[in-house]
Amino acid sequence: MDNRKRNGNAYTFIYAAIMVIIVAALLAFVSQVLKPRQVANMMAEKQQSILRSVHLEGKPYEQYITDTVAGPLHLPLYICTLEDGTRKYVIPLEGKGLWGPLWGYLALNDDFRTIYGAVFDHASETPGLGAEISTATFSDPFRGKSLYRGDNFVSLSVLKPGKAAENPNAVDGISGGTITSRGVENMIRESLEPYLPFLKHYE
Amino acid sequence: MNKRIFLDPLFKNNPVSILALGICSALAVTVKLEPALVMALSVTLVTGFSELILSLLRNTIPNRIRIIVQLVVVATLVILVDLILKAYSWQISKQLSVFVGLIITNCIIMGRIEAFALINKPFPSFVDGIANGLGYGMILVAVAFFRELLGSGTILGHHVIPGNWYVANGGFYENNGLFLLPPMALIVVGLIVWIFNAKNDKKVWNK
Repeated sequence: MDNRKRNGNAYTFIYAAIMVIIVAALLAFVSQVLKPRQVANMMAEKQQSILRSVHLEGKPYEQYITDTVAGPLHLPLYICTLEDGTRKYVIPLEGKGLWGPLWGYLALNDDFRTIYGAVFDHASETPGLGAEISTATFSDPFRGKSLYRGDNFVSLSVLKPGKAAENPNAVDGISGGTITSRGVENMIRESLEPYLPFLKHYE
Repeated sequence: MNKRIFLDPLFKNNPVSILALGICSALAVTVKLEPALVMALSVTLVTGFSELILSLLRNTIPNRIRIIVQLVVVATLVILVDLILKAYSWQISKQLSVFVGLIITNCIIMGRIEAFALINKPFPSFVDGIANGLGYGMILVAVAFFRELLGSGTILGHHVIPGNWYVANGGFYENNGLFLLPPMALIVVGLIVWIFNAKNDKKVWNK
């Protein structure tokens, strides 16, 4: 094609318009075709996270977990019935880290004071630093920790690594991931607070 | 000819160590080996196919909007890769999603399209894209290997430093936290650039 025509306004506009239409159609088509699989993947991941928070990873979701809501605000709550009949209450968490959203699930024992298990995940925390919150090394020590000191709700503190072992209200954070660690701490407190008045009804 | 197009970007004209392109993401994604590998593979595929597509279109692209056309092609490819991974390989897509933005902004892709794909035939362009992606990935993996080993004591998440070496368990060893932070990435990249330039008989900077 000769160069003068290729640099003309009309050619440029038409080229851009056609390009945008083709690309938009292609992306919309692929996105629609793949959407059911993506939603299924997301649901499966959510169910696995909930199962992981009650230490039942890989087990069938429907057999153990009942989805329900708590209080007049219809806060989501997942009740897990273990094989020996004891119940664990899984509360979804949402918060923000350094670069983006954090989320997780916190499983409480039926005294609603102590933690049975926890899982955390993140959208875009720094690999090797904040991203470590999604590993078992970070989440395992939550088990057995308490949200109360005496009768007061104090939530959990995420402290500098190595400081929390004996403290029933604190866990070790990630060194080099201070803002993410603090994000987890705020996420737990802020996500649990709305539930506090309603959890009593399940006792 | 094709052999040179393939081998030059790996050693003599390595995009990171010689041309100093793509340094930013080489610093950002090299804390751990696994994301570095995923990033290297994704960039290789995206550079390869975007150079192929743009080389096929090279005689039709209006000159004044060519950068925009390049961006659209690269962004479309990255979004397609991301959508397909989300549907068929959920775990890898979780690793990759953080870096999608970084792939689009990677200077190597736009640099190679401008410098090579727009003036060469499709097949050599494709080879050039793949080779530049691999040259970039090579440096990325080398940097990530040292940072993960010395910073976290792991390789691909497996512990390789014996547990009883650590000071906490009565040993003598401690992970070097500096390796997890960006400044050390810059130093490691700097050392690699030094090695490459020392090995290169042709002094690039004196040309």
